[in-house]
Order: sequence, then structure tokens, then C-alpha cells
Amino acid sequence: MTTPARPALQVKNVSLSFKGVKAISDLSFQVEAREICALIGPNGAGKSSLLNILNGVYVPDAGDIIFEGEHFRRMEPLEAARRGIGRGFQNNALFSGMSVIDNVITGLSRHSRLTLVEEMFRLPRARNEERRFRERAHEVLRLFGLDRHAATIVGTLPYGVQKKVELARAVVAEPRLVLLDEPLAGMNAAEKQEIATVIGRLNRDLGLTIVLIEHDIGIVLELAHHVVVLDYGRKLADGPPETIRDNPDVIAAYLGSERTEIAA
Amino acid sequence: MSMFLETLIGGLLAGTMYSLVAIGFVLIYKASGVFNYAQGSILLFGALTFVSLTGQGVPAPVAIAITIALLVLMAIAIEKLLLRPLTNRSPMTLFMATLGLSYLIEAVAQGIMGSQVRALDLGIDDLPIFVGDIMISQFDLIAAGVALALGIGLSLLFNRTRIGIQLRGVADDTRAALSLGIDINRIWQIVWAVAGVVGLVAGLLWGARQGVQFSLSLVVLKALPVLIIGGFTSIAGAIVGGLVVGAGESLAETYLGPFLGGGITPWFAYALALVFLFIRPAGLFGERQIERV
Ligand SMILES: Nc1ncnc2c1ncn2[C@@H]1O[C@H](COP(=O)(O)OP(=O)(O)OP(=O)(O)O)[C@@H](O)[C@H]1O
Ligand SMILES: [Mg+2]
Repeated sequence: MTTPARPALQVKNVSLSFKGVKAISDLSFQVEAREICALIGPNGAGKSSLLNILNGVYVPDAGDIIFEGEHFRRMEPLEAARRGIGRGFQNNALFSGMSVIDNVITGLSRHSRLTLVEEMFRLPRARNEERRFRERAHEVLRLFGLDRHAATIVGTLPYGVQKKVELARAVVAEPRLVLLDEPLAGMNAAEKQEIATVIGRLNRDLGLTIVLIEHDIGIVLELAHHVVVLDYGRKLADGPPETIRDNPDVIAAYLGSERTEIAA
Repeated sequence: MSMFLETLIGGLLAGTMYSLVAIGFVLIYKASGVFNYAQGSILLFGALTFVSLTGQGVPAPVAIAITIALLVLMAIAIEKLLLRPLTNRSPMTLFMATLGLSYLIEAVAQGIMGSQVRALDLGIDDLPIFVGDIMISQFDLIAAGVALALGIGLSLLFNRTRIGIQLRGVADDTRAALSLGIDINRIWQIVWAVAGVVGLVAGLLWGARQGVQFSLSLVVLKALPVLIIGGFTSIAGAIVGGLVVGAGESLAETYLGPFLGGGITPWFAYALALVFLFIRPAGLFGERQIERV
């Protein structure tokens, strides 16, 4: 007997505008559990805005978000984090003055079960939790090949390494869903491939559900199970990568001159 | 030479008292981006509560504990009733709100505890100590020790504990901190409570110096030049800024005073701060604002 799998996330008729300018218009799609869903579209299409709605940074004008079967008119960022929605930002949002390990430890905040008093006076439970968090953060740093940078101040590291730290911070808390905004931007080809491999592994080995914004079509076709194309805040196409690649609307609006490259 | 050293040391020690006041501002500014005008009133409230309680015969340690408990409750109330509803408002709005808050706190304090000047005896005799032929005030020395201990304690709190890591996260990028599941409302409560306790320590030391009266809240005016010199976001900056102002005032009073007809202390710190504004606008330890796009 098979139970129909519940989608991890459903977006229903969501709209958002900034001072009268529509950033997202009546958008609906869904993300299955354990899939990598790529969000693509030209600059200003509303991709980042959508992620911001999904973890509560922006409040939509209309529509619903259904996360693991629960309805939300709006998310609160703290609530989203506690429910297991992890987030990476388009502009590096690391705490640049802190060490790599401390940055990753902040990613575990949603698992903290300490009372204020325990924390202030560093009672045994607090020290215990701190030790567990530190161990867990080291584990993830090893996974990303970052262990030798653990004590380094993040702001002093090369950009490509920083993006890895941000990814580590976004997944350290074993989120139910991770929202990644251009995690490969600004990297060279070798770095891109390395991170793409890590993302693929997180999805395959740990069953992580991922919504990923990425401009590099090659990477998208390699990684994604499902692609949603946005243009001027509207959904242009939605389906498996093969169908997206051949969709004439998508080619016209987004891929344009890259047609030949994609066909190749 | 010994006269110079004596003036310098006396100034540095007095400067740690300025540092103490400034640290309270830095904590809150760092965590919530608010220039908390009410810090002086909170300082006054702490000192006044303590002298009122001991005046009723409550033993000092108990009085301290009660005062701290009240300051913590006040921090929670401020966060819930003032900061939370004003989230995402401009820094100016928040500043105005703390201005209102300062009047509220002072009015309540005055209503309950009256407005007469009270002596505060911390049991520290202000006897001079001689090191060689240099005279040092024992009170200043102890006050400086307290300021130093507090500075070290706070930097341990912020660099070594998870609360500290979270606080620095909130200070650096509030949106990212929230998205990671850091409860910023809780962080604000903690920071305002800690700033309240720092204010209490400062209030007790200043109060012991000049009596506990309403003008005590005006020591905040001393903190402003310290913050300009040290930077608004650094505890180390607040300490160094306090030392610079203390030493500068003391040396200027002794060596420039005779030429300018005395009375330098009230304005010297501001003149010094102005010079710093020209040469280093972010302060000695301040972070340059980097625009995020
Ligand atoms: N905070 C904001 N205030 C005002 N307008 C905004 C804000 N955030 C986004 N917008 C506008 O909403 C539209 C969508 O922007 P968004 O950042 O979501 O695009 P994007 O698809 O992520 O683009 P890119 O590929 O360049 O990152 C744009 O017109 C943008 O100017
Ligand atoms: Mg974007």
C-alpha cells in the first residue's frame, strides 16, 4: 500500500508588490519532498522576493503558503526557522567579524532548548548543549572540507570559501527545506562544480528538500528535478528540466541567444 | 614630572567612570541600533532604588539583588512595549521613543522615591594612597578596578558564550540572524538587562561620588564625547574613549586651565570629540558603515 506523498511546500496564488510595482503576480507551484526545485528567470523576475516570502522576510499581499500540510497567510522568519526552513542569501549574509565555526554554530539556533537562566549562568545543560553544537558544527565543516578554516574570521576568507560557509550554516540544523539564493554566484567553474556536487549529495544522501535559485543553466539541468521559470513575477513554465529546455516561451523570454548552447 | 604623572593617572582613573557609562550605550546600540537616551535615567533609577532600599534598612546585598531584579523586569517591559511595536522604524523614531522613556522612568522614580539628594556610602574611604611621591585616590582605584572587571566580564560573555555569538549576529545582520532562528526579541531583553546592570554599577559609583540626585542622569552627557571618540559599537572603544576623555580633561585642567581662566572640564571633552570627528568619524574602534546591496 502506498500513501500519496505530501508535497513539502505549496505556494498558492501568491502576490507581492512594492509601492504599486508588482514583483510577484498570482504565483502557484509546489515542491515535492526530497526534490531539488530550481527557480530560474531573468534579473528582477521576483525569485529572491519569493524566497523572502517563503521564510517570512516579506509579507505577501495575497495568497497562501502551505508548508508540510500547514497553512500560513504569512510566515514569520523565526517561526520559519523553527519549523525547519533554512536559508542562504543572495548577498553574502555571513557574520563577517566572527570565526567560521561561530557562524555555523549560529545556524543551530533553532535547536536550542535553553532557558535564559541556564544560558546566562552557563549551567551544566548550557555547557552540554554548547559542546554538542560545536561538535555538530565541526561535522558539517568536515563535510564541506572547511575544517582547517574553523577558527578563521570569515571576512578574511576568499569569496568562494565564504559561500561554502554560508551553505554549511544553512544546512547545519538539518532543515526540512532549504532555500538557496544563487549559492554558486561569483565562483569559478571548478568551485561551482564542487558546490554543485555537495548540494547534490545533501539532497541524495540526506534527503534534503531544496529550492535553489541559479542562473547557470548547465548546473540547473544537472541538479534539478523540477524547474519553475519566472518572468516579471509570473510563472512562465513549471516541469521537469527536459521539458523546460525545449519550451519555446522559456527560450524566448529567458534563454534567448543561449538557445544554441542549450541545444548542444 | 611627578605632578604630570599624578594628573595623568588621576585622569585615567576618573575616565574609567566615563567608560562605565558609555559601555551601557554601546551594548544597546550594538544590539538594536538605538541610541538609548534613557540610559542615564536607568542609571539613576538603579542608584535611587538602591539607596531607597538601604535607607529602609534593607541589607546592601539584598538591595542589590532586588534592584537587579527590577532592572531585568524593566528591560523585558521595554522590549515588549517599546522595541517590539517599533521594529523596523527609523533610528530617529526609536531615539525619540527612548527620550520619552527617560522622562517616564524619571517621573516614576521621583514619584516613588522623592527628589531629595541622598548620600550613598559604599563603604569605600576616599583616602589618598602614595606610590612613591605620586598620590592616587583609593576610591578612583577601586572604581577603575570595577570598570575593568566589568569590561572583561562582558567581553567574555560576548566572545565566549552562545548568547554573545547570537548577539553579535543580530548586531551584524538582523535579517540573517532572524532567518537562522535567533530570537532577537530575547536577545534585546538580555542586552537591555545587561545594560541596566552596567548602569547600576555606574550609578552606584557616580552616586557615591556626587550623591544620588536627579542630576545623576546627566552623566550621559559625559558619555557622548566618549562614544564619539571610541566608536558607538565597541566596548573596547568605550573603555579607551573614557580613558582619553578622563586623561585629557585632567591634563587640560591642570596645564591649560591657568591660561584659560579655569573651568575647562565642562567643555573640554566635547572639543576633543570634535577633533576626533574630523580625523576619525567612525571613532577609534568603530566600524565603518559598509553599504550592503
Ligand atoms: N525590498 C524591496 N523594495 C522595493 N522593491 C523591491 C524590493 N525587493 C525586490 N524589489 C523589486 O522586486 C522585483 C523583483 O526583485 P527580486 O530581487 O525578487 O528579483 P530576482 O529575480 O531575485 O532578480 P536577480 O536575478 O537580479 O536576483 C524587482 O523589480 C525589484 O526591484
Ligand atoms: Mg535575486
